[in-house]
Amino acid sequence: MVERRPALALLSHLVLILGVLIVAFPVYVTFVASTQTAQEIAQSRPLSLVPGDNMVETYSRALFGGKGEFGSTKAPVGRMLWISLVMAITIAVGKIAISLLSAFAIVYFRFPFRSLVFWMVFITLMLPVEVRIYPTYQVVSDFGLLNTYAGLTVPLIASATATFLFRQFFLGVPDELVEAARIDGAGPMRFFKDVLVPLSSTSSAALCVNQFIYGWNQYLWPLLVTTTDDMAPVVMGIKRMVAGESYTEWNVVMATAMLAMIPPALVVLLMQRWFVKGLVDAEK
Amino acid sequence: MKLKTVVLSTAFAIVLPAHAQTEIQWWHAMGGALGEWVNDLAKEFNASQSEYKVVPTFKGSYDETLTSGIAAFRAGNAPHILQVFEVGTANMMASKGAIVPVAQVMKDAGQKFDPSIYVPAVAGYYTAPNGQMLSFPFNSSTPVFHYNKDAFKAAGLDPEKPPLTWPEVTLAAAKLKASGHKCPFTTTYVGWTQLESFSAWHNVEFATKRNGFGGLDTRLAFNTPLHVRHIENLANMAKQGLFVYKGRGNTADATFVSGECAMATATSALYGNIKRNAKFASGISTLPYYPDVPGAPQNTVIGGASLWVLSGKKPAEYKGVAAFFAYLSKPEVAAASHQRTGYLPVTLPSFQLTDKSGFYKQNAGTDVSVTQMIRKTTDKSRGIRLGNFLQIRTVVDEEMEQVWGGKKSAKEGLDDAVKRGNEYLERFEKANKS
Amino acid sequence: MAVEKRVRFKSWWLPWVLIAPQMAIVLAFFFWPAGQAVYQSVLQQDAFGTSTVFVGLENFERLVNDASYLESFWTTAFFSVAVAACGLSIALLLAVMADRIVRGAMVYKTLLIWPYAVAPAVAGVLWLFMFAPSVGIVSFTLQQLGLEWNHLLNEKHAMALIVMAAVWKQISYNFLFFLAGLQSIPKSLIEAAAIDGAGPWRRFWTIVFPLLSPVTFFLLVINIVYAFFETFAIVDTATQGGPGKETVILVYKVYYDGFKALDLGGSAAQSVVLMAIVIVLTVIQFRYVERKVQY
Repeated sequence: MVERRPALALLSHLVLILGVLIVAFPVYVTFVASTQTAQEIAQSRPLSLVPGDNMVETYSRALFGGKGEFGSTKAPVGRMLWISLVMAITIAVGKIAISLLSAFAIVYFRFPFRSLVFWMVFITLMLPVEVRIYPTYQVVSDFGLLNTYAGLTVPLIASATATFLFRQFFLGVPDELVEAARIDGAGPMRFFKDVLVPLSSTSSAALCVNQFIYGWNQYLWPLLVTTTDDMAPVVMGIKRMVAGESYTEWNVVMATAMLAMIPPALVVLLMQRWFVKGLVDAEK
Repeated sequence: MKLKTVVLSTAFAIVLPAHAQTEIQWWHAMGGALGEWVNDLAKEFNASQSEYKVVPTFKGSYDETLTSGIAAFRAGNAPHILQVFEVGTANMMASKGAIVPVAQVMKDAGQKFDPSIYVPAVAGYYTAPNGQMLSFPFNSSTPVFHYNKDAFKAAGLDPEKPPLTWPEVTLAAAKLKASGHKCPFTTTYVGWTQLESFSAWHNVEFATKRNGFGGLDTRLAFNTPLHVRHIENLANMAKQGLFVYKGRGNTADATFVSGECAMATATSALYGNIKRNAKFASGISTLPYYPDVPGAPQNTVIGGASLWVLSGKKPAEYKGVAAFFAYLSKPEVAAASHQRTGYLPVTLPSFQLTDKSGFYKQNAGTDVSVTQMIRKTTDKSRGIRLGNFLQIRTVVDEEMEQVWGGKKSAKEGLDDAVKRGNEYLERFEKANKS
Repeated sequence: MAVEKRVRFKSWWLPWVLIAPQMAIVLAFFFWPAGQAVYQSVLQQDAFGTSTVFVGLENFERLVNDASYLESFWTTAFFSVAVAACGLSIALLLAVMADRIVRGAMVYKTLLIWPYAVAPAVAGVLWLFMFAPSVGIVSFTLQQLGLEWNHLLNEKHAMALIVMAAVWKQISYNFLFFLAGLQSIPKSLIEAAAIDGAGPWRRFWTIVFPLLSPVTFFLLVINIVYAFFETFAIVDTATQGGPGKETVILVYKVYYDGFKALDLGGSAAQSVVLMAIVIVLTVIQFRYVERKVQY
């Protein structure tokens, strides 16, 4: 940082460690549960904090299916992971692309109903999907999109977080940059492509992580829209293993949950590089 | 010779029209091992004949499955068979245009259908007062009394002599507490076990008009002196630490399996879980009762779900549904299902078959639930048919929590629950006047 | 909108083209279905839609006459303020700390963002595992320390539980965006201030925080919306509104009535009320709080 203050650095580390403990603790519990056998989980009081030794067996069963401990066969998770991946990427990329364009229009142009347009987009945050689920299902069904990737993803691109965030960001971009572009003879789209988009890379990276995870974690919508078992994403699969009425193999459920966390985690790691890169560009 | 056969059969194959299989969509809420059971049933049915193909799809929890079914129905592409939990029965019936009674489906398809072979306490829940079966009883459980034999021994109680009456339960709980046990007794689904089944078990009404079978103007009746007495007992036990509340629904199941709680009134279907996971010897007994109440013990009320047939499909498809239901009712099939899952046997022949095979002797305690149900039911114990039943159960949960927490007396809690619950019944009656 | 950019481009057709994709999707997949859902608030229907009766404002009247519904306004207010305040401050603290240090930054950042990936389906269950009275690790530890934890019968514990679960989910989210905001602040500004002799505390409040205000405003609005609309799953898994009705927040009742109890008319009426409240809240935020934001 700017100056070296060891006391402050130590404090920072302490705060961060505490933060990590609090925030990452439940994830650790998941991991521990995924390494035990189902009996150990049911019998232990309280749940132990030390990993068990059943890890290999539990994870291979989660990944590849096969006979469960009690005569049940589990479907392999590979296909579900693929569906989740496609969903998450489509939603993340789609949302960011559309929102960049919309926010650009709202901030940098003057046109009738401009405010109304922004508010119309913003209101989409205020009616949870569960409330409008029957009519939304009907629309998707009428378009013939049931049980398709399009049906899984397009309705979820409707919301406003990304547009709002980009609007905030664009409002903070110095006017001098626009002037400079004008002087260079660049039109709005050149400005957009060469200046705004690179500048918003940190926000885009953050949104990418956020939307990827959002798409990845979808449960209720895929539950309704899919009509065959082979279009189910991973989180639906996890729920399927939690039987509710009868017996649940918690260790396999937890193992699947851990596996389901890997792609988002990878995305987070990748995006870290973008963070740094965006920062470096901004210094120029 | 061989060539002739080949030519002839090819000729036949060309002449006979290609027979496409009729698909029957079945949406259900059975996950985990139960999901395997569902898939196996469909597979075996499909293999046993070639005209129909049952396709089961898991659609989440009971609520989620119902939501999916509703959404699909409204959009015009509903499944043929939908699994709906028992408390949704009255609401399903009220959607007259949406469902086709099972008895009708069987009749229209010309399937042999004898309602009398179904276990009365099981099928009665899903049958109209005039005897017409509305939905197919598929997976039914009933509350029983689970107890930890090892904990009993440690407390100086006889592990082979479980308490049969509520006074005995209190005494046993006191002994368990004295021996250091932190949670002598708990319960799941407070409404289902301590009020609904309690009423039927003591042959008293839970709601007027024969628990709702007699009309939409039924009103709740679980605040009689007997009910107040029982809840007061439980409240006193709670105050003394003999009864420890462990949450709504089935959250308390895990506390029995882990050994934390020594006695629990919970579903009979918990048996499989206990057998696999519990580190202690456990036993099953009948639900406790008050010996001074005439008519007790009668029978208990079922939980679980049934299969409803949705409207708007072609007759040929309904024929397939009927054939599937007939298949599920076969003694061997129903017996196998009962033994595999722990749910009650759906038909009397399947019960007898299981009995004869010695299953109950080999798996001690699995017949308790059945004997609680294989009885002739009375008008007050046949089952419960209330609209907005889910909300009423939630009201019961809320009011009883106030009682266990010491904020309301048993009488206040029950009276308030009845009052609030009746509002829901009034609304249901008004909405379904026609 | 009170905030305007002084410099803009002139084109009468381009903005429409730019917003077209978003508007198309929003109209088809939000406004059209939302309109129908809201229309249900003046109807009484059975779940399957086979019988429909127009009942005017009856569903709304019923809400006004329900004492417990009015009580849930207070519960919601308390809950939302607690969740937004805790979520934002804790995340800001963590982000500032993570931005400062050089060593191990990557590790901390990953570990702090990662829990956001835990699907709500599993998160709810995890919290129950940890807090289940006497079986859960946390309640067990609390008991060892002599504190009785019983969120099943003690409404303060129950509220604490859902606030904690809701905040926990949001810390990662807020942290992510605060960090992005912090990292887009030019280092040159901070260095200049340091050269001028400003200490880290001063630097934070005079330079960093104002420059962070667009993101903070964004997160404030989003957190309030989150607390009002997206937390019913947590309540459903953790307390189901109990004990009694002490943790019934408005959106949980919407979800319960529409989804579980299948009272679609009542649920739609409540959604309308809830939407109205949050729109008012948001307009207030845009009008008064945004004035303080520096762009």
